[in-house]
Amino acid sequence: MNLYVIYPEITVLVLALALIIIDLLLPSEETRRPLGYITILVLSILAISLFWQYHLTISAYFYQGLFYYDNYAIFFKQLFLLAVILTVLFSLQYIDTMKYSSEFYSMILFALTGMMILASANDFLTFFIGLELMTISFYALSGFGLTNKKSSEAAIKYLIIGSLSTAVTLYGISLIYGTAHSFDFAVVCKNPEFFSALGIAGMMMITAGIFFKMSIIPFHMWAPDTYEGAPVPVTGLLAMGSKAAAIAVFMRILFEAFFPAADYFMPVLAVFSAICMIGGNIAAMKQKNIKRMLAYSSIAQAGYMMVGICAASPQGLKGVLFYAFLYVLANTGAFAVVTVVALEKKGTDYEQFTALSQSAPVLAMVMSVSLLSMAGIPPTAGFAGKLYLFMAVVEHGYLWLAFVGFIMSMLSVYYYLKVVRVMYTGKSDGSTITISGAVRAAVLISMTATVVFGVWPQYLSMLTDFAAITFLR
Amino acid sequence: MTIGITHFLIISAALFCIGLYGILIKRNLFSILMCIELMLNAVNINLVAFNHFLPTPNLSGQLMVLFSITVAAAEVAVGLALIFRVYRDFQTVNIDKLNSMKG
Repeated sequence: MNLYVIYPEITVLVLALALIIIDLLLPSEETRRPLGYITILVLSILAISLFWQYHLTISAYFYQGLFYYDNYAIFFKQLFLLAVILTVLFSLQYIDTMKYSSEFYSMILFALTGMMILASANDFLTFFIGLELMTISFYALSGFGLTNKKSSEAAIKYLIIGSLSTAVTLYGISLIYGTAHSFDFAVVCKNPEFFSALGIAGMMMITAGIFFKMSIIPFHMWAPDTYEGAPVPVTGLLAMGSKAAAIAVFMRILFEAFFPAADYFMPVLAVFSAICMIGGNIAAMKQKNIKRMLAYSSIAQAGYMMVGICAASPQGLKGVLFYAFLYVLANTGAFAVVTVVALEKKGTDYEQFTALSQSAPVLAMVMSVSLLSMAGIPPTAGFAGKLYLFMAVVEHGYLWLAFVGFIMSMLSVYYYLKVVRVMYTGKSDGSTITISGAVRAAVLISMTATVVFGVWPQYLSMLTDFAAITFLR
Repeated sequence: MTIGITHFLIISAALFCIGLYGILIKRNLFSILMCIELMLNAVNINLVAFNHFLPTPNLSGQLMVLFSITVAAAEVAVGLALIFRVYRDFQTVNIDKLNSMKG
């Protein structure tokens, strides 16, 4: 038993419980802002300390292979930590307006624990627990907008579809257990009986369950409604954390547990990825609400990341990691702006963004850079990310997939630039939006990082290479 | 007639399908929640049956069932709380009436 390897999870969990206790001790009229500062401080120290955990030697297991602590897991843990730190940073003001704000912080931390467990899951038991910890926290989080009718509708829709997908995943796990007689990824892939009708049905059900979480078309029906109704910081976290966690664990399951079948999977994944890119981008065009537009765009982004999974090579994997990282950065920028606008103008439709460049020039600039990064325009990081993904998949022979991705990125520029046009034209009503220091810090970090990693991708690519080497050999 | 693993699998598959069918046709949120429970319990039967008929004994299947029961309980707790919120906001628990968002 080396408890040392689960220290990130222990820290986050203890912090989450501590916040609940501190909340009880504080007088109820006191502001809960310090709890946010504590969260940011502790998580930042944790994220930085994880840099020293990258290793070239053999990775550590915890409890007989239940939990694997390799570079890949460490990379994703840092990614989730970054997403949560930036989200809390830009939504301090938003959370202050909520009732039960300290529970909101601790609920976010519980979801973070779930994501971090998912990144390390090396056994279907750990996978299931991490997935449920994350999802159940998100059910509660998306229903947190107590004054908003849409929030409860979003939460109940997410809950029904989410539990349905849980049941399907769990049924798949039970079928895999029946054929392979184990939950361990390493044991499952070595069992020859695994390739029976039962085992293949199990694989399909697990894949479908994860596709629900990744909101791949045709399993995406919950995503637009939930994204629109949930409080804005939660929407941001759902788009970044929940999706990245599902992708992390999907790659682990695909390339470790289902490794003997991985070759048969690739053409299917390629088709799903193409459907996702086409459907997500086309549906995003006609949206009138920015949150809903970002929901469809995140469906399309999941499609781009699937392109890298189809390549099934260290290059493709590296592309996915790189893209996941800059996807988090671009989304923090966009959702930070949406959060401020939602708070000031009480809405997230296109009208509320009219002439944002006059009322808040910084926010308009950050939003434009983030959206251009999502569309993949140089010199932002999105361009480098898409380049890695498409190059890897072309090497593997899916030229048509890279072509579809390329066309769809071109089309996506249309609806991203529509937001930019709304922000930079139109008549201002003369009001100015004051931006707090925390929001300014969050948006500037995300914008600087997006541009820096776009111009010098080699620094981030070194880290992703390092994360990929312990994974696919 | 001896009861083999096939019988258990058929029962659990039937339960799973009944639950799925219920989710698709029921309009009351409480019924939907019950149908989800039905699906999760089908999985529990499956896991315990597989565990019992393993060639080499190990307990991981039963362990998984314990976790799955706990998680199902947590899910239902959150689900009931959310249904109460929906009832307070919309004065109904019919899922067809929850359509303020479209597109």
